[in-house]
Amino acid sequence: MPEMAGLDEGTPLFAQVAEKLAGEIADGGLAEGERVPSTNELAAFYRINPATAAKGINVLADDGLLEKRRGIGMFVATGARQRLLARRRAEFTQRYVEPLLAEAARLGIDTDELIALIKESGNEREGVSL
Amino acid sequence: MTAAISVTGLTRRYRDHTALDDISITVGGGTITGLLGRNGAGKTTLLRILAGQEFPSSGSVRVLGASPAENEDVLRRLVFAREDQAYPDIKVGQALRAASWFYPEWDSGLASSLLDDFGVRANRRINQLSRGQRSALGITIGLAARAEVTLFDEPYAGLDAVARQIFYNRLLADFAEFPRTVLLSTHLIDEAAALFEGIIVIDRGRVVLDAAADVLRGVATRVSGPCLAVDALTGGRPVWERRRLGSQASVVMVGPLSPDDREQARSSGLDLTPLSLQQIVVQAAAGVLAPAPETGFETERTCA
Repeated sequence: MPEMAGLDEGTPLFAQVAEKLAGEIADGGLAEGERVPSTNELAAFYRINPATAAKGINVLADDGLLEKRRGIGMFVATGARQRLLARRRAEFTQRYVEPLLAEAARLGIDTDELIALIKESGNEREGVSL
Repeated sequence: MTAAISVTGLTRRYRDHTALDDISITVGGGTITGLLGRNGAGKTTLLRILAGQEFPSSGSVRVLGASPAENEDVLRRLVFAREDQAYPDIKVGQALRAASWFYPEWDSGLASSLLDDFGVRANRRINQLSRGQRSALGITIGLAARAEVTLFDEPYAGLDAVARQIFYNRLLADFAEFPRTVLLSTHLIDEAAALFEGIIVIDRGRVVLDAAADVLRGVATRVSGPCLAVDALTGGRPVWERRRLGSQASVVMVGPLSPDDREQARSSGLDLTPLSLQQIVVQAAAGVLAPAPETGFETERTCA
C-alpha cells in the first residue's frame, strides 16, 4: 500500500500511528505543550480511517503522554519527552544490543572484536559529522 | 454506536442456487466497512437487498431502523453506487440535477469539484462516456449525495490507479467532515485496506470473517527459516499454511507473538513477517478460517 505515508500493513495501524507520534515527541519534533495533529489531520496525512487515527491518539492520551484541552484539542503533556526517552533507554538492550550479539555470535565475532568494530564505526561517524 | 445496517438470517435463493445463505451482520453507524470476497461470493446481492433493489427469500433486513424495500423514507437517506450503473440517455449535468432533487443532503459544490478532479465535463452525454468516466459519475453521485447510508459496489470499473486514489482521498476527506455509514465492496483490498474500520468477508453466500480491520493486522505471522527451528516455535499452535523446501520451512502461525517468541525466533535464525490484511482476507475467502477461526487447524509438524 504505497499511499499510506510510512505505515505498513502487517501490524495494527493505530499502534503505528501512536508509535510515530511518540517518536516525534521523543525527537523533539513535537514539543511539550504543543498541539498534536487532530484525528482528521492524521487521517488525511496517513490516508487512514479517522477512527483508526483517533485510536492511535487515545493510546498516548491513556498513557498520560498527551492531555486533552477541552474544545481545542490534544497537547503534548509536560514530562512526556523524558518519559519516552527513559522508556527507549530501557528497551535499548533488548532491541539493539541483543540482536547485535546474536548476529555476531552467528558470524563468529567475539566480544573484543565487536567492541573494536563499534569503536571504529563510532570514529567514522564522528569524522563524517565533523 | 447504533447499528445503521442490521441483517439477521438473510437468505436469497434463486432457482438453481443460493446466493446468500443465512447471513447475519451488523454495521455500526458512522463507520467505513469493507465488504470483501471473491467474485460470485454474494456481495452484490447483499448490497442490492440493502438498497431495496432486490428482496430476501427469508430473514430480516433493517437499514436505518426499517426495511429498505419500497420504503421512500429509507431510500432518500441511502445511496447505492455500483459497477456499470445504467443511465437514461441524458447529459452528466442532468443526472446530477436529478440526484440533487432526490437526495436531501446533496452538495452540488462537492459534485462539480469531484467531476473536475475526474476530468468529466457536465455537458457530455452519459452514453458517450468511457467506462471509467461512467464510474467517476457513479462515485460523484455516491459521495455528493451525503446519504446516511452510502453503498459502493466495486464502484471503479475502468478507473486507473490515479483516479482510484482520488476516490479514496475524497471519500476519507468528506467522511471526516460529514460522518456517515459507508459499506464498500472491493477486490482491491491492498489499496483500500486503510479506509476500513470493519471488514466483512463473504464466501459462497456465507460470512466467513467479520472483524475490526486493525484487530486482524498482526493476527497471523509467517515464520520462515530452518525447518526444525520453525517446528520448535510453531509446534502445537494453530497454523494456516505450511511449506517446505529441503531444510527450510515456511509456516503461517495464528495468534499474537510474545516477547519470548520473538527472542526464540531471533536466536534460532527465524524470519517473522506479519500477514497483511489482504493476505488474511485471502486466507478467509479461501475457506481456511471457516467455520470456526479458533479451532480446527492442523497442528502436526512440518519436518518429516
